[in-house]
Amino acid sequence: MLSLVTFLPLVGAAAILFAVHRDASARIVALGVSLATFLLSLGLYAAFDTSTAEFQFLEEVPWLPGLGIAYRMGVDGISLSLLLLTTLLTPICILASWESIKTRVREYMMAFLALESFVIGVFCALDFLLFYILWEAMLIPMFLLIGIWGGPRRVYAALKFFLYTLAGSVVMLIAVLVLAHQGHTFSIPELMKLHLPLNVQVWLFLGFFVSFAVKVPMWPVHTWLPDAHVEAPTAGSVILAGILLKMGAYGFLRFSLPMLPEASHYFAPFIYGLSLVAVVYTALVALMQTDLKKLIAYSSVSHMGFVTLGLFAFNRLGIEGGVLQMINHGLVSGALFLLVGVVYDRLHTREIARFGGLALRMPVYATLFMVFTMAAVGLPGTNGFVGEFLVLLGVFATSKGVATVAATGVVLGAAYMLWMFKKVVFGEIRHADVDALTDITPRELALFVPLLVLVFWIGFYPDPFLRLLHASVNGLLTQMAAGGVGAEHATLVAP
Amino acid sequence: MSVPMPEINLVPLLPEIVIALAAMGLLLAGAWRDKESGGTLAGYGAMAAILLAAVITWIGADVKMGETFGGMFIADPFAAFMKMLMYAGALFPILMAWDTLHRLEMRTLEYFVLILFALLGGMIMASSGDFLTLYLGLELMSLSIYVLAGYRRDDALANEAGLKYFVLGSLASGLFLYGVSLIYGGTGGITFTAVQEAMGAGGTTHLGTRLGVVLVAAGMAFKIAAAPFHMWSPDVYEGSATPVTAFMSALPKIAGFAAIYRVLPGAFASLHEQWGVILQFLSVVSLAVGALAAIPQTNIKRMLAYSSVGHVGYALIGLVPGSVLGYRAVMVYLAIYLFMNMGTFALILVLGRDGIGESIQDYRGLAHKRPVLAAIMALLMFSMAGIPPLAGFIGKLHIFMAAVNAGHVGLALVGVLASAVAAFYYLRIVKILYFEQPEAAFQMPVGGFSGLVIAVSALLVLVWGVQPGRLLAWVEWSVTPFM
Repeated sequence: MLSLVTFLPLVGAAAILFAVHRDASARIVALGVSLATFLLSLGLYAAFDTSTAEFQFLEEVPWLPGLGIAYRMGVDGISLSLLLLTTLLTPICILASWESIKTRVREYMMAFLALESFVIGVFCALDFLLFYILWEAMLIPMFLLIGIWGGPRRVYAALKFFLYTLAGSVVMLIAVLVLAHQGHTFSIPELMKLHLPLNVQVWLFLGFFVSFAVKVPMWPVHTWLPDAHVEAPTAGSVILAGILLKMGAYGFLRFSLPMLPEASHYFAPFIYGLSLVAVVYTALVALMQTDLKKLIAYSSVSHMGFVTLGLFAFNRLGIEGGVLQMINHGLVSGALFLLVGVVYDRLHTREIARFGGLALRMPVYATLFMVFTMAAVGLPGTNGFVGEFLVLLGVFATSKGVATVAATGVVLGAAYMLWMFKKVVFGEIRHADVDALTDITPRELALFVPLLVLVFWIGFYPDPFLRLLHASVNGLLTQMAAGGVGAEHATLVAP
Repeated sequence: MSVPMPEINLVPLLPEIVIALAAMGLLLAGAWRDKESGGTLAGYGAMAAILLAAVITWIGADVKMGETFGGMFIADPFAAFMKMLMYAGALFPILMAWDTLHRLEMRTLEYFVLILFALLGGMIMASSGDFLTLYLGLELMSLSIYVLAGYRRDDALANEAGLKYFVLGSLASGLFLYGVSLIYGGTGGITFTAVQEAMGAGGTTHLGTRLGVVLVAAGMAFKIAAAPFHMWSPDVYEGSATPVTAFMSALPKIAGFAAIYRVLPGAFASLHEQWGVILQFLSVVSLAVGALAAIPQTNIKRMLAYSSVGHVGYALIGLVPGSVLGYRAVMVYLAIYLFMNMGTFALILVLGRDGIGESIQDYRGLAHKRPVLAAIMALLMFSMAGIPPLAGFIGKLHIFMAAVNAGHVGLALVGVLASAVAAFYYLRIVKILYFEQPEAAFQMPVGGFSGLVIAVSALLVLVWGVQPGRLLAWVEWSVTPFM
């Protein structure tokens, strides 16, 4: 079942390669396959047992038995929620590329489906080597997506993206090999039971940190992100912000915290420091941006700072808030990039100063823009509020000072988002081409409807989503407590 | 006084006999033919001989053939594995270059005969049981390749390549031979087993013997083009005709590694600490040179020369720990390297025309005109960079795993960082293929033989990346002599 969800998109890509020769049918096949994947993943959600922290839908096939490597798959609540996010965003992305991608459509759809496969695989892999392989394999389609279908500086952005991430990942490979050597297996559930001495944990933590921090991205290794975002095609930005950034945070959550609890605790102040810089500093940088996509890219770094803060609070509220914030950010920044894409398709510019007065010509668009801006700001009633609030509560329990500084990030976030919203949507029409704009088409509207529903759903009633996480997060906390970390925090704030 | 003659059993020698007879027979047969038809005959003859030898080795690998000439010649599973790689390394350059050779007027008798002789030399190296056999094979292989490098007599670059390779190669052979003489002086043995016993029993080793070990290692490092003994390779790669470069990039390296296996963990088993350090030095320098020096290159053959220096660096990492896992890793790496390299050179040959195709920029926008060829080229480049799920990653994984498990984490770290740097120039090729607009028409046809080589290489890179089980099992079995 899990393998089916994982590899269905790849099969779809192969089908396009061998059987589909027309652009129009490639679009339909890609959309169909990604929708089918989404429905299958909903089936997983329905069959998922939320009462246990154990991995579910386990699969194990021997692969390289001589080396202790097997094809092991399985999900818990954390990975399932990210899997659902992936399968939801991919059909939206494909629909968003319907008209904006005009050249080499078949290759584009193939790259996108392959990317989806690899990313789902990353979230499902329970073998460390399988995880690593998929984690790296994902670079190839993303590199091509940015490099072939991207903007004017796409070559630079694609190379920077690839090399930055690769440099981080290869260090992780060594950490993986050391860890597997210590535990005599590559099985992730087995390795979670391993208790390593602190000095080994510290080195391993640093090895993983390099890789995950680049992916999140944490300050100061975030500089690839604005470039990659700005140059990537709209759907590429959506998938990058929506899903690929989550892989880094997922890595911390799946590996660093449970396998290296003492080292995580040891490095927590360091992570706090970097996250706070990310939250505050990149928010300030975002205030200075003149390019819409760049602004959202910097806001991503800022929002992901909240995620890492929450994860390293080592308590239930912080971690659940962090995961929820990951999902929120995936939905909201995805929607914002799609909104930028809508006007970019019409005007071929992303410069904030070139817009203004969109509300007069595109009322529906302006409304959507407002809702998602508010969600990004964290207005109560939207999903952004729930995530940020939980994270701040969790961090507050651990360190009041950190929580206070982080809260200023929320204010700054409101400042740049509202400033951007005002410049783009309100005001008078100053350019003739803006005057000639038409409102969004039904196809474009269809992109936003599911995201809109989720924004309010999580905003008003987050329980169905949090319930998915409870057992797994409890399991994680127990595991960390067994490693001697976070026990007092875990009980400090009762659920 | 009668000299006791060792029992001579020729059966283990059968593959070598086939190749030797074919080479000499074709030389004779060609004398009655004109240049054109003699060349074609020799080409087909060489292919047939290599295939026949491969079949004999394949069958013989199962029935243990053992030693002959009193232990001077060893036919064991390890030799069989290395020879199979060498057959591919000799056959593929013939196949892929079939059309190109015709165009370059190189499809002549001598060309194929020289390839056969070089192959024979390499095979003897892989099977050598003492230093003399090893030297014999080494020289036969090297001399044949010197001539091949300078095969285009009217081409100044080729002349330079041949001469440079010859002068430096002779120097390396001299070093090697001097080292052997010192070892003989120190241990009184010339067969690997005798040397091993003498060193193991002696406990302490004479300074002269240790100097001998260093000189032998340096001589072999030259043959596999490990930095800092790589200086010849970019010039020779660039100057030689591309079919020769393809041949040169594979056979001598595999043969060189086979010899290293025989000598370092074999004859010098008790000196692991000493040669481990030497290999560590060689591998780190090779990795650095391979990663950094390839970046500014504009000629694809020069770039590949530096890239293969880097690949040799990775392979050497696997030998450092002196563990079975490491020996296996290097064999896996060599097999994968061979096919990645062959595929790449086959593509370069197919796309090259009258001076076009030497410069990296010549491949601009290939993906727009020849999507399949470009996709395979990209696949091979990603594989060389070690990106999963391609075969190159499996090779690197084994190497790093061997290093980490033996406690050489620092060395593995140098390796992965070098691979991240090296990824840049492999990606640059993908960038040129995909992200730029085409200028050339790229209307070259793909000949049947070269298409076969490209298809086989691409397929193996894909299959071994996802399902390397068979290759690993074969390697596991072949490494038994070193357990």
